[in-house]
Amino acid sequence: MRRQTTGEAAWHPPYLYPDYKSTRLRAPKEPLVVLPKALSDIRGPAHGRGRIEDTDDDLTRQHGGEPLGERIVVTGRVLDGDGRPVRNGLVEVWQANAAGRYTHQNDAHPAPLDPNFSGAGRCLTDDEGRYRFVTVKPGAYPWKNHDNAWRPAHIHFSLFGPSFRSRLITQMYFPGDPLFEHDPIFQSVRDPKARRRMISSFDLETTEPEWALGYRFDVVLEGREAIPFERPYA
Amino acid sequence: MSPEPTPSQTIGPFFHDSLLERDLTELVSPDKPHAIRIGGAVYDGAGDPVPDAMIEVWQADAAGRYGSEDLSGFGRSGTDANGKFSFVTVKPGLVSGPDGSLQAPHVNVSVFARGLLKRVVTRVYFPDEEANAADPVLSLIEDQALRETLVADDEGDGSYRFDVHLQGEGQTAFFDV
Repeated sequence: MRRQTTGEAAWHPPYLYPDYKSTRLRAPKEPLVVLPKALSDIRGPAHGRGRIEDTDDDLTRQHGGEPLGERIVVTGRVLDGDGRPVRNGLVEVWQANAAGRYTHQNDAHPAPLDPNFSGAGRCLTDDEGRYRFVTVKPGAYPWKNHDNAWRPAHIHFSLFGPSFRSRLITQMYFPGDPLFEHDPIFQSVRDPKARRRMISSFDLETTEPEWALGYRFDVVLEGREAIPFERPYA
Repeated sequence: MSPEPTPSQTIGPFFHDSLLERDLTELVSPDKPHAIRIGGAVYDGAGDPVPDAMIEVWQADAAGRYGSEDLSGFGRSGTDANGKFSFVTVKPGLVSGPDGSLQAPHVNVSVFARGLLKRVVTRVYFPDEEANAADPVLSLIEDQALRETLVADDEGDGSYRFDVHLQGEGQTAFFDV
């Protein structure tokens, strides 16, 4: 049987990382069944046909007024495993507000909600693989993983690429966050170089004078242009 | 030189307003002839339902084509307080594989959840399907009990049940893609 142990790719976190308590009962423990690349590099998924609205990529314009917080531009490129731009790829983001509070009903952190901020956005990458969001910098927030546990500020990213293997959900962090060393989710990525690839960089070129600080965050997905072997059986 | 991939991180507990804002559980209208329902629940290693998972499906159309004009083939569902999810779709056809092989009808499944630092990937196969015997993916799994975790139960009336056990006895077979 072609199998190998869990936690195979060096740049991904293992399923089981006990310091992050929620992994303990949810991490698969049986070895993964290795799927040959030819069977996992199927094209897609096409991510549905939903419209992208005007304000979907500007989280500061989704309500009557402007949200409180530090206005930022987050932009970067999405590349496939060969370094080619992912075109027309769906990028979805969600985040806490500047006070570290999500609009989600289960978020019990006693920090204020912002009536002008929902913290959800989406856009499609352009021909160069570029995406761009305007938002506010999310706050750090406490969670109950361990005593005095705080998540570093982050924006959740969901991305689609050329093949089924490309599907990725990750988190973008901000440079120099003092909470990195205390955060088991960030630390679950064991390779320090791989961890750095989750940290955006401050970018003066992206920064808009008199308006918003700019951060760059490039994402590299696995998978290549899929070989179109999935011809119908007819 | 190929660039280094970006690591995965958990979807966390707060994704619903962004990722599930639109209903993507119906790949076809329930009124469509031959529409089927694939539903089930996600369980953790203690056998408790996972109420904050997200399931994505990706499948070929009835003729075995991915991303055809007839069917986008992509669906997404959250899980409810009982860990349950459900999709309305059509049964996919046989899909050609590499080297002239044929894959039995199947639905590709990704499961994301708080506590999953990266997705788990599995497949839904259909019971009483002759092509299962020669399917190149099912054939990779020698352990019969493990292999059978990939085959849905026929509940009649075009409904199929597919539970996902993340951990413990009866753990679902997951793939390294």
